[in-house]
Amino acid sequence: MGSYARPSTLAEALNLMAPGDKRLLAGGTDLYPGAGTALSGDILDLTAVAGLSGLEPTAEGGVRIGACTTWTAIAEADLPPAFDALRAAARQVGGRQIQNAGTIGGNLCNASPAADGVPPLLALDARAELVSPRGTRLLPLADFITGPRKVALDRDEALAAVLIPAPALAGRSAFVKLGARAYLVISIAMVAARIVTEAGRVREAAVAVGACSAVARRLPAVEAALQGARPAEAAERIVPADVAAALAPIDDVRASAAYRAGAATELVRRAVTEALA
Amino acid sequence: MIAFTLNGTPVTVDCPPTERLTEVLRDRLGRTGTKVGCDAGDCGACTVLIDGAQVCACLVPAARAEGRQIETVEARTPELERLRAAFLRHGAAQCGICTPGMLIAAADLLRRTPAPSEAEAAEALGGVLCRCTGYRRIIAAVCDTGETAVPVTEPGAVGAALPRVDGAAKVMGDSFGADDAPESALIVKALRSPHDHAAFRFGDLAAFAARPGVAGVYTADDIPGRNAFGAIPPFADQPAIAASPARFRGECVALVAFEPGAEADLSGFPVTWQPLPALMSPAAAEAPDAPAIHVNRPGNRLIEGKVARGDVVAALAASAHVVTGAMQTGFVEHAYIEPEAGAAWIDGEVLVIRACTQAPVMDRDETAVVLGLPPDRVRIIPAATGGGFGSKLDVSLQPLLGLVALKTGRPCRMTYSRPESMASTTKRHPAEMHGRIGCDAGGRITALEFEGRFDTGAYASWGPTVANRVPVHITGPYRTPHVHASARAVHTNGPVSGAFRGFGVPQGALWQETLYDRLAEKAGIDRLEFRILNALRDGDRTATGQHLASVGIGPCLEALRPHWARALADAATAPGRRGVGVASCWYGCGNTALPNPSTIRLGITAGGRLVLHQGAADIGQGANTVITQIAAEALGLPVAAFDLVGPDTALTPDAGKTSASRQTYVTGRAAQAAGAALRAAILRLVNAGDGAALALDGARLVVAEQDRRREIDLAALPEQAHGYVLVAEETYDPPTSALDAEGQGVPYAVYGYGAQIVELQVDPALGTVQLLKITAAHDVGRAINPALVLGQIEGGIAQGIGLALMEEYLPGRTENLHDYLIPTIGDVPEVESLILEVPDPEGPFGARGLGEHVLIPTAPAILNAIRHATGAEIGRVPALPHRVLEALGAAR
Ligand SMILES: Cc1cc2nc3c(=O)[nH]c(=O)nc-3n(C[C@H](O)[C@H](O)[C@H](O)COP(=O)(O)OP(=O)(O)OC[C@H]3O[C@@H](n4cnc5c(N)ncnc54)[C@H](O)[C@@H]3O)c2cc1C
Ligand code: FES
Ligand code: FES
Repeated sequence: MGSYARPSTLAEALNLMAPGDKRLLAGGTDLYPGAGTALSGDILDLTAVAGLSGLEPTAEGGVRIGACTTWTAIAEADLPPAFDALRAAARQVGGRQIQNAGTIGGNLCNASPAADGVPPLLALDARAELVSPRGTRLLPLADFITGPRKVALDRDEALAAVLIPAPALAGRSAFVKLGARAYLVISIAMVAARIVTEAGRVREAAVAVGACSAVARRLPAVEAALQGARPAEAAERIVPADVAAALAPIDDVRASAAYRAGAATELVRRAVTEALA
Repeated sequence: MIAFTLNGTPVTVDCPPTERLTEVLRDRLGRTGTKVGCDAGDCGACTVLIDGAQVCACLVPAARAEGRQIETVEARTPELERLRAAFLRHGAAQCGICTPGMLIAAADLLRRTPAPSEAEAAEALGGVLCRCTGYRRIIAAVCDTGETAVPVTEPGAVGAALPRVDGAAKVMGDSFGADDAPESALIVKALRSPHDHAAFRFGDLAAFAARPGVAGVYTADDIPGRNAFGAIPPFADQPAIAASPARFRGECVALVAFEPGAEADLSGFPVTWQPLPALMSPAAAEAPDAPAIHVNRPGNRLIEGKVARGDVVAALAASAHVVTGAMQTGFVEHAYIEPEAGAAWIDGEVLVIRACTQAPVMDRDETAVVLGLPPDRVRIIPAATGGGFGSKLDVSLQPLLGLVALKTGRPCRMTYSRPESMASTTKRHPAEMHGRIGCDAGGRITALEFEGRFDTGAYASWGPTVANRVPVHITGPYRTPHVHASARAVHTNGPVSGAFRGFGVPQGALWQETLYDRLAEKAGIDRLEFRILNALRDGDRTATGQHLASVGIGPCLEALRPHWARALADAATAPGRRGVGVASCWYGCGNTALPNPSTIRLGITAGGRLVLHQGAADIGQGANTVITQIAAEALGLPVAAFDLVGPDTALTPDAGKTSASRQTYVTGRAAQAAGAALRAAILRLVNAGDGAALALDGARLVVAEQDRRREIDLAALPEQAHGYVLVAEETYDPPTSALDAEGQGVPYAVYGYGAQIVELQVDPALGTVQLLKITAAHDVGRAINPALVLGQIEGGIAQGIGLALMEEYLPGRTENLHDYLIPTIGDVPEVESLILEVPDPEGPFGARGLGEHVLIPTAPAILNAIRHATGAEIGRVPALPHRVLEALGAAR
């Protein structure tokens, strides 16, 4: 049987991580379902590490969300409207039990194409803060999640936080999730949109789609098309070709690829409309 | 050592730090109220509170409990006590396996929000799955915890909405198959085929058996009896442990018994697989060159059922309107929240098996055959059973446990994992159905022609029942003068299709009822009126030529008229794509044209204890309560006076299986007869008249008439059979007749009827369907317990919703509750139930069966409402969003 440690300081945690042989455990809501009676391997439980949980403002005016922050904590946090998509996603991950245990960091590191946390964070221009005994580095979220179940973590490295830069705190956002039932459902597709308006027109749009490609993607063509749009004309500026440009949906048990492609456009329209409402 | 507070009491445990908290609670601390349905976060049965917040204990490492406050269903907090009382009052617990999780999730909510709304309740309980109740009663209970009183059992019997007699145990965390086993029981694990079809060879089994912690290894060679079980004896073909080849993915090929405490690790088991070509569809299995899955079943055909009456071809040719259509369904998983579990031990000469079941006596007999024992050397003690819906009619782990207990002489236990349960047990038959229905210019049905092909999977199970039931019921409860219907069950290398609420009739109704909407449209008649026009009436004959009396379908449909008008008006005026659909059901109660007797024993001891030997397995549907109510009414003593014994094959006479909606009717008749016989014996003893009132007063039985009061001193009476001083045992078997080659005869003595209206909204851009309301009218003959009737209706509807909109089992791909979706608390809309009571002359106090009926109309009514909303005709369920959208495209 493997070892288990639950350090309370980052220094201790980094020390334990140094050999590069630890399995990191946060909420366990992704790790346990795949385990047998008990988790195998040497487990490093990060949930007690000071500084890895909770939300706080950064010196630069942004927001830092500790990797071990639970969905419930995010849903209940007092955050500007730019975070509405993230908070909505938090309320729709699994059921309340999952939200009370599951963490944002686990969601990102597990790197499921259907991870609900990713589109809202992409729309917030989030960066991943990675720590190892060798130091700290920052990666844009899109560079951190490199493929399905793949992240740019070295063996001795952990995700410490996601950082939202100050400019991304502008505007308001919305999250739309499509699944085949009401609760406890893995997304067929989901969209987050953050829109900044100025003088009745879209000044900046950040739109991301999940579960329609190996990794959730921003939609640059859609974002460009939305520039300068009045709220009433935003939906019609979103055209299927622009949505499809960034996506590569697949067939699976939840839906067909063709369906996903069509649904994505509709969901983008709805998310943008809601963010503009 | 890990120390925490459990329900207010400090505890310490010594366990691996990453062990699941569920195991700590259940195995180490013996608190088995917390249930395990999946070990994966998907079912919520294991929900506990950690520092007041609900989490899935199956995902929590033990070490994280250190220093925390943990609360489980065993806690006696004020919220939980109020919730328990409310759950009992509202009938919110059926089988009870989800109840601990529901209660805990609700306790979490009540602490945050003392008087929650329905939406808040749904939100808070969204992480707990229930397969029995349809959630509506659970929501009602959570929103009504103001009263603390536990309802008392009142004197009234038949017709009273009494709380379930076994309810108190359910709201404390009842004892299911996994919850109790003898000390030091061996742990049994099955090695299962990872392939749909594969030959296999074993290597050095002795070496594996010699591993530390391994107590024994068993294969097909070790089976002492006939290695073939099956619910229907002439077709019995399924090995308890397969010899090569394995015919489906999940089939058991070997067993390993582990010492308690040893790591039950099957890795490295010496087996080599050689995958073989697999026949994965009936079309492939019926191809001319397809190999036979069973040598004695050429063409891979298990059986074909047929009903023929009149001249269909001529009648269709002469019809004013004819519609032709096809419908396809997939495998559906029962998805009870309790995976199979049980224990076995040797008691003297007798092998005792305590496990979940719907059919204790069948389990005994089949296990005895496999193990080469006479039936009286096997005793089945049913554990509380966490849902069955048909699948727990077949034996699963009973012969496996029995084999290990016999071979080792030691107690053993076995609990299926969720994927193991899903892969290895039965499914609803996938159906491919097509045919034609015609009517005359006035809209009267003239003829129906139907052909159905059902994928029965690798073994027979209940395939013959499906093949026989479908043609009998395919007309729906409608007058159909000319019928030609055939249904055949075809073997494939898919999972075994068996019994699932309705035995193929729900699939058939999907075909028939959707065609009826098209036919009504052609005839230019309102869809509900079309059904009323054609509804079977007293004196009509069915497709099997049976003369019907007391037919309830007309009254059900007529009762829906005002709701239909209201729903259509709402749909026409509301924004969005709203639709309304209706569909009916009828369903024969009991075995199809075969005997299926039930026996009930009632006795009074010298000490004045009134004992009901109740052998009908209560899998949540409420047999314990209903059978007691019937016996109480017939005997004339209150329900509260009864002590229930059983079901236990050593203690209760055979009340048959809990299937075919037969227990209320068939066992109910036996209970009514036993109650009446005991009453007659009592009255005879004191020469009292029929109207006398009985009362038990300690060891005295008081018989009162207007002018006279007699006391029977029970202690002074001579002892009779089974140790009672007064005893009655009665058997009832439905009067049916065999069907001839054309399917003509009297297959059932009692039918139940119902119809449902579905109101919904379709999102035309995404193909998603939002259910708004379901109005259900069901004729139950007599509602023995109206609260249980409502629970059955809502639970059946929830399963119908799953069948229509989301459930499809794909071997190897949806073997868990993450990918196999069943309705959650947010997927079942408001249900308004109209209970009709058209007394059945054959049923006990007029009662008919209900359990399966309730599921049949829902799915076709949903498809009909989708068509009404959008014109989209769905030819295949589940109507997943992408299929709805495709159909919408085709309709445009
Ligand atoms: C019933 C159920 C429903 C679910 N529903 C949803 C849903 O609707 N939407 C959704 O997106 N997800 C869903 N999930 C998945 C899961 O709950 C989430 O992805 C959750 O956020 C994972 O977080 P965790 O803390 O539990 O991760 P863990 O299981 O603890 O870890 C997940 C992975 O990330 C690694 N890891 C965790 N933290 C770190 C870190 N700080 N640094 C480096 N590596 C780390 C772990 O080693 C592991 O590989 C569901 C899961 C279940 C069981
Ligand atoms: S057992 Fe924990 S969620 Fe199912
Ligand atoms: S009562 Fe909920 S699963 Fe049976």
